[in-house]
This record gives sequence, structure tokens and C-alpha cells, in this order.
Amino acid sequence: MKPANDKWGFRAEGSEQINLDKADSSLYRRLLNREPGFAVCLFCGSCRATCTSGNEGMNFRLAHLLLQRGETARLKSLTDPCLLCGKCTLVCPRNVNIRAVVYNLKIMLHEPF
Amino acid sequence: MNLSDHPFFVWPFVAGMAFLCIYLPAVYLKWLRKTSIRDRKKISAAIFSAKTIRAIREIFSECLLHRRIFRFNPTLGYMHMSLAFGWFLLIVVGKTETMLYTRDGFNPPYLPVFFKYFYPDHIPANFKGLFFLTLMDLLLLFVLSGLTLAIFKRFKSKFLGMKKTTRHILPDRIALTFLWLIFPLRWLAESLTSGVYNAGGFFTLSSGRALASLLPAEQLLLPAWWAYSIALGGFFVALPFSRYMHIFTEAALILLKHWGVKTTKRENGYTDFEIHSCSRCGICANVCQLSTDAEINHSQAVYFLRDLRYNRLQPDTAENCLFCGRCSAACPVDIQVDDIRLQQRTARANRCAPAIRRPASQLPGTPEPGSILYFAGCMTHLTPSIKEAIRTILNRADVKFSILDEAGGICCGRPAMQAGFRQQAESIIQQTTEMILRSEASLLLVSCPICYKVFNEEYQLPIPVKHHSVFFKELAAAKPGLFKNSRKRITFHDSCELGRGSGIYEEPRELLCRVAHLVPTAHEREDALCCGGSLANLAISPAQRDLITDTAYEQLIAPAPDYVVTSCPMCKKTFSKGKRDIPVVDIAEALQMALTPEEKPVRVKVGKRAEVLV
Repeated sequence: MKPANDKWGFRAEGSEQINLDKADSSLYRRLLNREPGFAVCLFCGSCRATCTSGNEGMNFRLAHLLLQRGETARLKSLTDPCLLCGKCTLVCPRNVNIRAVVYNLKIMLHEPF
Repeated sequence: MNLSDHPFFVWPFVAGMAFLCIYLPAVYLKWLRKTSIRDRKKISAAIFSAKTIRAIREIFSECLLHRRIFRFNPTLGYMHMSLAFGWFLLIVVGKTETMLYTRDGFNPPYLPVFFKYFYPDHIPANFKGLFFLTLMDLLLLFVLSGLTLAIFKRFKSKFLGMKKTTRHILPDRIALTFLWLIFPLRWLAESLTSGVYNAGGFFTLSSGRALASLLPAEQLLLPAWWAYSIALGGFFVALPFSRYMHIFTEAALILLKHWGVKTTKRENGYTDFEIHSCSRCGICANVCQLSTDAEINHSQAVYFLRDLRYNRLQPDTAENCLFCGRCSAACPVDIQVDDIRLQQRTARANRCAPAIRRPASQLPGTPEPGSILYFAGCMTHLTPSIKEAIRTILNRADVKFSILDEAGGICCGRPAMQAGFRQQAESIIQQTTEMILRSEASLLLVSCPICYKVFNEEYQLPIPVKHHSVFFKELAAAKPGLFKNSRKRITFHDSCELGRGSGIYEEPRELLCRVAHLVPTAHEREDALCCGGSLANLAISPAQRDLITDTAYEQLIAPAPDYVVTSCPMCKKTFSKGKRDIPVVDIAEALQMALTPEEKPVRVKVGKRAEVLV
């Protein structure tokens, strides 16, 4: 007999719910401290749309979201392809210094806390 | 007075000088040993050549006469010259005078310095003696005049053409105090001696008589000589730890530079010579737009070099710089501070960005071997009108070309390099080089000066690389009928990377003169302002950038042009931010507007029904 949870051809995975009260936002706060203007980002995705390294997996918008949630594990793969060309900063409607944020994030991910 | 009774007051001077004579060679040897073997080979090959003579000539004109500072501001130049050249002459003439008087070439080193103390009643018997006596007094006056200006500059720097003067740290203040005391004390000691013995030059004798009538000159005489000797000795001991280390190091740097040693990608002994050659004159801070427009006053070349020297460099000081090159262009010592800054950025950040491996990209279409390969670059993709203008002009001129990065996604690597991500930049450079080689193009055309500079300096391409302003200048000369002169008033903005960065000033101007009426602005060529958009600055806030951009834009529109022309898509993008009354266009767009109208084919009726195109 098949296991019960395979009865319907699918199974219920564990919840992906995030407890924001327990999220580790220390990296996010350090970045905010370095670049306070970062906080006004409204996740419009202009940065992602203009990105030279977008095809290689660079995604500032997602990186920002994960940073806020304290999910730092994927950040490196999301920012490593960035070549710092600066187009994102020039198109940002909120004047966020995205290039400086990514630069500092790259450094912080390699430096001990 | 008998020479054999050595008065004790000379000892502070002798000790200070002995310290300097041991310390300086030791530290220079240490730095030389830190340079690469290739550099040392270069030195030994060039040491006995005409290069050394050329170097000595430059040492004379820069370390003593301060020619470059004269060009910046004549009064400031005089101040520096009177102190350096005046003191040098005091030493040379003093030594000659002593040698002639004692008829002994090997007199002790302190004798010329304290000559008047040892021979106070020396009244020259002939014209030669009188000449030296008068000359020494004149030289003392010369140095004192420079010193007066230097003290004045501390409080009113505007008088000497400086908006603000450098903020100094403790070792500098100590050395400065000793330096400022040396010459007034020399004058005091010599005057008192002249007053007591009633013998001396026109200046010291007259002031000495006046002093002797007011003060107990005989009792003050020895203390004055003591004070003079202590000031000298104190200055010599403080010198290697203060900004005055530049006095000797600058001469060594000029020698090394002429022998072919250059700033490298990694910090080495030559960097030590460079950072110790900075006199902290503050001319760099004076031309820095971060300081004049954005009130950023901690990261200028002078403060960066200082903090690096005393091992207290903060990352922000290295990062907060536009790399516009205005400081290096104005530097009287010719220190390549941008290269040193890059060394520091690389040392910190290099390991934080991995090398990138990209799937082998396909070139769009199949370019004909030997045609022109055009690389637009990230910034041109952000200003597509430039790309379209270039495409239109090339098509009109029947130039065969293909675009390397039609779909975007290729970066030249310079932004990563400027941030210090060297290994990442090198991996991009290697892969882009392979793509360019695969295209078998005969020429690489670039519309972005940022890319142009890195293609020129870091890529070892077998084909020529041309910025579009240079390429179109040659095209316009070859096809005179292609463009017409619109007679519009325009001003030209020299971008940092094309102008100071690559030395291209005249080609765009010659080209623009063909198609419009070019009017000059207040800041041209080497003195051009940065638009503020520079990718090199990793710390500046957008608001501070805007301040720099606004000032630069105001300068460009001051002559009321019809439009402003730039040679860089980044500058165009930066200037176009917000509402601008006078449009900013790229040189390619200006040319597109000036294209002679195409003769449209006319339909001509032939017979009753047929039409032909003529």
C-alpha cells in the first residue's frame, strides 16, 4: 500500500512561512546604516529590468527582499554576477544608491560580522 | 674666537643632522628593496644615462623653483620657492663663503650655519667678502618674506589663491612650529651678534644696532644661538615623521620616475616614495569638486595619502572619490593618486567578487571579417539615442559594421575594476577579448569613454580601438559632404575618462567645429569639471552627486548655448536628470542632426503609365 500522503499524487511540504519576529536582520541593518537611502526602495524592479548581468542571475530586487527577511543564504549567488556597471542606480525612480548597496553587500558577505 | 673651543650650542643641530643622515638613507633603502626586481633592473640600466640629467633638471625646477605651483598661483609659487630655493641658496652660498674665508674645504658642517657666531667681527676687506655678506642678508630676507606669506596663508588662504588650507595633524604642527622658528631665530641671533660686534651685512647690522640699543644684547646672544640650533635640530628630527619628508623624497621620486619606475597594481616600495612625496600643499583639495560642491572634506588626495601613510586609512576615504583626475592633473608633485587609491580598493575588495564564467556568447549575425566592430557598452544601452545616431551615421557613410553587444549583457569590466574587484574584472576582460578576436574585426569602435579607457589600457587587442569622436573626425575629413555646419551655438563637456583619462581633447573639438559654432566655457580640457555621475565613487550619496552635477551644468550653459555636447553617455545621462532648459546631447547625436539631408528619389513619369525613380 502506498504511503498515505502519496495517495493523491502530491504531498504537503513543510510550511514556508517566515517568522519575521525571529528573522536575523543584522546584515540588513548594517547595510541601512551604510546606505540609509536604501529604505525607500519600493521593489518596482526597474533595477532588475535594466541589469547587464540579469541573465546571469543578478537580482537586486529579490536580494533586497531576502535581506529584509533575514534569508542571507542565497544572497551571494544573487549578487556575485553583478559587474557594478551602475545602470540600476541611474534608472532607480527612488534615487536609491543601488550600486553602492550591492558593493557594500558584497564586501559584508565576505567580511566577518 | 678660536675654532677649537666647540661651543655646546651646536650640538642640537649636529645631532638632528646626524639623525637625518642615518634615517633617510636607511628608509629609502628599505623602500627600494620593496620594489620589484624588474623595477630595480630598470633603475640600474638607467642610472648612468641622460635620464638622470633630465631628472636633475626637473628636481631643480620642481623641488626648488616650484614651477607647477607658480602656474597654479604666482603668489603661492613665490611662497614655496622662497622657502625652498632661498634655503637651498643659504646653504650653498653659506658654505662657499665659509670655504673662502677659512680657506678650508673640509670645515665642520655646523660652521657655515653658525658662521656669524664664530667670526662675529668679520669685516670684509675686499669686494668679494662684501658681496657674500650682502648676498647672505638678501637671502635671509628672501626666505623671511616667504615665511611671512606662509604664516599669512594659515589665516587668510584666499589671498594665495587657495579656498581652504590643509588641516594638519600633530607631527605636522610640531615640524611646522620648528620650521617657522628657524629663520626668525637665525635673524635674531645674527642681528644680536652684529649689534654687539658692530659688524655685519646691511640688514643684520641695522636691525642688530636697533636691538642692541633696546635689549641687553650681550646676555641674549648665546641664548639666541642656542634657540636657533634647537629649532634646526628639532626640525630635522621631526622632518621624517611630518609632511616635510617630501623635501627629500620628492627628489628621489623624480629620479625613480625618470628611470622608468611606475605605479603598479599592487602596493610596493614605489608607493611608499609616492605617499611620502606629498607635501600636503592642499592644491588637490582646492580643485576637488567633492570639496567645492558637495562639502565632502575628508577623502581628498591629500587626506587619503596622509591616512595611508600613518596607517589609519578608513575604507570610506578610499571609496569616496570620483576618479575624475582633477587632483592628479593639478598635483605639483605629479603623484598618481588614483592608481594608489585603486591599489587600496583592490587590497580590500578583490576577494569579495569571484571571477565570472559566462556561456560563450554568440555574435549577432555573421560579421564580415575586416569590418568595424562597434561596442556600445552598458551606458550607451541606457541612452539608446546615441546608439541609433551612430548606426544612422555609419549607414549613411556606407561603413560596414556589426554591433558586439546588440543584446546587451556585456560589460567592459572597468566599473568592477574601479571598485577593486580585480579578479572579476580580469575574467570579464578575458572573455570579452575572446569575443572580439572571434569577430575578426579590423577596428573596435567604442562610444563610451569608460569602456574606451579600459580597452586601451587593460585589453591587449591586436586591432586599434577608437572612440567615436575620433572615428567620426576621420570620417568627416574623408567625406566632407557628409555633414553640414548648422551654425548652432554649442559648448563641449570634456568627460573625465576621455580627457584627463585618455588625453583626447582636440579631436572632438575639431569635429564639432565642422558642424556647429563651438563656444568655450570656464573649465576646458585639463581643468574640465566632472559631471558627478562617475562610477568610481562608491560612497557618495545621490544628493551630493546632484550638487556636483548642477554646478558642472551651470558652467556649461553659462555661455548660453543652443545645446551642450558631451562625449560620454554617462555624462549625458547624468546631466539629463531632472528638468534641463538646455538639452545635453552626445557628440554622435550632434552629428546626426548635422547630416546633410538625403536626396530623396524623385518619381518621374515616363509615358502614360510608367514611373521611374531618379
